[in-house]
Amino acid sequence: MLQIDNLHARIGDTEILKGLTLSMGAGEVHAIMGPNGSGKSTLASVLAGREEYEVTAGSITFDGVDLLELDATERAVAGIFLAFQYPVEIPGVSNINFLRSALNSIREQREEEPLSGKDFLAKVKACAQLVELDGKLRDRSVNEGFSGGEKKRNEIFQMAMLEPRLAVLDETDSGLDIDALRIVSHGVNSMRSAGRSFLVITHYQRLLDHIVPDHVHVLAGGRIVHSGGKELALELEDKGYDWIVDNPATEKA
Amino acid sequence: MSAAEDNPLLEEFTRKEYEFGFTTDIASDKIPPGLNEEVIKLISAKKNEPEWMLEWRLDAFKVWQSMKEPEWAHVQYQKPDYQAISYYSAPKSAAPLGSLDEVDPELRATMDKLGISLEEQKRLSGVAVDFVMDSVSVATSFKEKLGELGIIFCSMSEAIQKHPDLVRQHLGTVVPVKDNFFSALNSAVFTDGSFCYIPKGARCPMELSTYFRINEAGTGQFERTLVVAEEGSYVSYLEGCTAPQRDENQLHAAVVELVAKDDAEIKYSTVQNWYPGDAQGKGGVFNFVTKRGICETRAKISWTQVETGSAVTWKYPSCILKGDGSTGEFYSVAVTNNAQQADTGTKMIHLGANTNSTIISKGISAGNSQNSYRGLVQIGPRARNARNFSQCDSLLMTDTSGAHTFPYIEAKNPTAQIEHEATTSRIGEDQIFYCLQRGLTEEQAIGLIVNGYAKEVLNKLPMEFAVEARKLLSISLEGSVG
Repeated sequence: MLQIDNLHARIGDTEILKGLTLSMGAGEVHAIMGPNGSGKSTLASVLAGREEYEVTAGSITFDGVDLLELDATERAVAGIFLAFQYPVEIPGVSNINFLRSALNSIREQREEEPLSGKDFLAKVKACAQLVELDGKLRDRSVNEGFSGGEKKRNEIFQMAMLEPRLAVLDETDSGLDIDALRIVSHGVNSMRSAGRSFLVITHYQRLLDHIVPDHVHVLAGGRIVHSGGKELALELEDKGYDWIVDNPATEKA
Repeated sequence: MSAAEDNPLLEEFTRKEYEFGFTTDIASDKIPPGLNEEVIKLISAKKNEPEWMLEWRLDAFKVWQSMKEPEWAHVQYQKPDYQAISYYSAPKSAAPLGSLDEVDPELRATMDKLGISLEEQKRLSGVAVDFVMDSVSVATSFKEKLGELGIIFCSMSEAIQKHPDLVRQHLGTVVPVKDNFFSALNSAVFTDGSFCYIPKGARCPMELSTYFRINEAGTGQFERTLVVAEEGSYVSYLEGCTAPQRDENQLHAAVVELVAKDDAEIKYSTVQNWYPGDAQGKGGVFNFVTKRGICETRAKISWTQVETGSAVTWKYPSCILKGDGSTGEFYSVAVTNNAQQADTGTKMIHLGANTNSTIISKGISAGNSQNSYRGLVQIGPRARNARNFSQCDSLLMTDTSGAHTFPYIEAKNPTAQIEHEATTSRIGEDQIFYCLQRGLTEEQAIGLIVNGYAKEVLNKLPMEFAVEARKLLSISLEGSVG
């Protein structure tokens, strides 16, 4: 469902992605690991359509559609969701109002009827339960005064509400304590289905104990340099990245 | 229209249209440009005013001649040539358009976005309104109901004819003729406006607004409004309209006076969307307004304004807290875009003991615009335990726009408590991207963020006004992030 070929992207004069190739099937969970500065968050931003990043070569196809032709809004409408590493605060806009606007905007662009107030609230209730988000946080301004853990739970709550086809989780585990990690992972696991894929970007293997991936990729120097099954994450935890990154022979493995 | 024959309301409405038709002879009803005593006498005579009114105007004219146009505001504009303006013309009476199809499509698109009903759109754009029973009967039953309570709500011209004592007793008591250059000018040449009187103990049961004055013509460039709330009464007054208002008169110098007697409360809400001119500011309205209210013992005046229009705005709705225990409030959202300039704020003058004031000002600057907050909090020597809280926030949408804050505080009583908070922020690319990623369009994203920013003020507006004002904010800032 997602095919990235030879992707080159830069911000300003700095090239960050240098020929990244990745293929994901429907319903699969792929983990992206790699050292700091390897381009993990850039990949997330480029997938979501952030304009500061310029794609200079390569292609991204999503469900047969050329993703690079779509703007950020259109990608969200196509079913791409990004759980942000640093979710922003929007003062004065209630979480609930924000989500309702987003959901109905997406529905309108898909030429679907807006969700009735009753159905919307029922959905909010179900999704909030999934990540144990209490009523107060739903009614407060978007992310304002939320703790780090609450912000990440709110991201997963939004993901559950918007039901994407492809969810990109950008270091969702950073800043989470053990309980919050368990709650967030439970939310993600509950949403796994045959039609929904996940791209999980993380530094740490421990997240992958909870969200078990089908494939693990190592991103270094702007390219995928190594891929394997879930056991690769354990190996990386044990041995670090040097043995892969420093050894060009393993690149095509 | 056979229904008109057996329905007195329709008949009345039709007749009004007919009257209107009689005055369309613009050529003969417009006096040549220029301002002198003869012109003022002519204005007064056209309006069939009593002698005292004419004298008042002539005195004001003398005062105005001795005054200079103020230059202290943080705005730059070409001063109008006051001798090139025509000070009297018959109410705008362009032939009604046949249907909405004849209305400027751009104007219509904006009104659609604002969610203004078709009926309302026709009224606003000068299309002959169908005789829809509902709107006629609403206005009429409204007036009947007000009459039962002894509430007077009419045009200033009518008030001068029918309630001269009330007008004479209060006119110019809050904004003296010599208060400033523009108030003196307005006093000399004001064309029309509204008069509202709430008797002792009466609670006006609905929002008084221009909406219900559907039979009356536009009030022109020198508007004069007077609201008097007797002891223990309450009124909420709405002014303006969210639909874009194009006007050939470049200079608007209105005066609004509010009188709140003991234990009375006046809420005054404004949405101002005069033509701002083109992207360079050419052709926009100069909006130089003097608005002030006086509070007697335990009285309360609350100003709420949403300012999005005009090329240059100079406006400081103020409260004189004369009575002990009185309260003044000012809630403002001022949006400037393109080449617009706004210098707006308030004055809270604490004279009585235990007086309380709150100022919440939210400025939003986009394009190349300049947006200034100017506010005075003055605590007089007898104002024991006076309190003020001020919050002035500025939001910048572009790096070519400016936000300025000029707060003045004068405290002459040591028991005063004054708090002032101010912030300036730039609308975040991160905030916008977050919204886009969730499926919102850029227009929706800006609308959401800006409305969240201005929420404290918008919440003070009466409900139906608030809904339109929210949309107006989004539209005023369309495509303005950069």
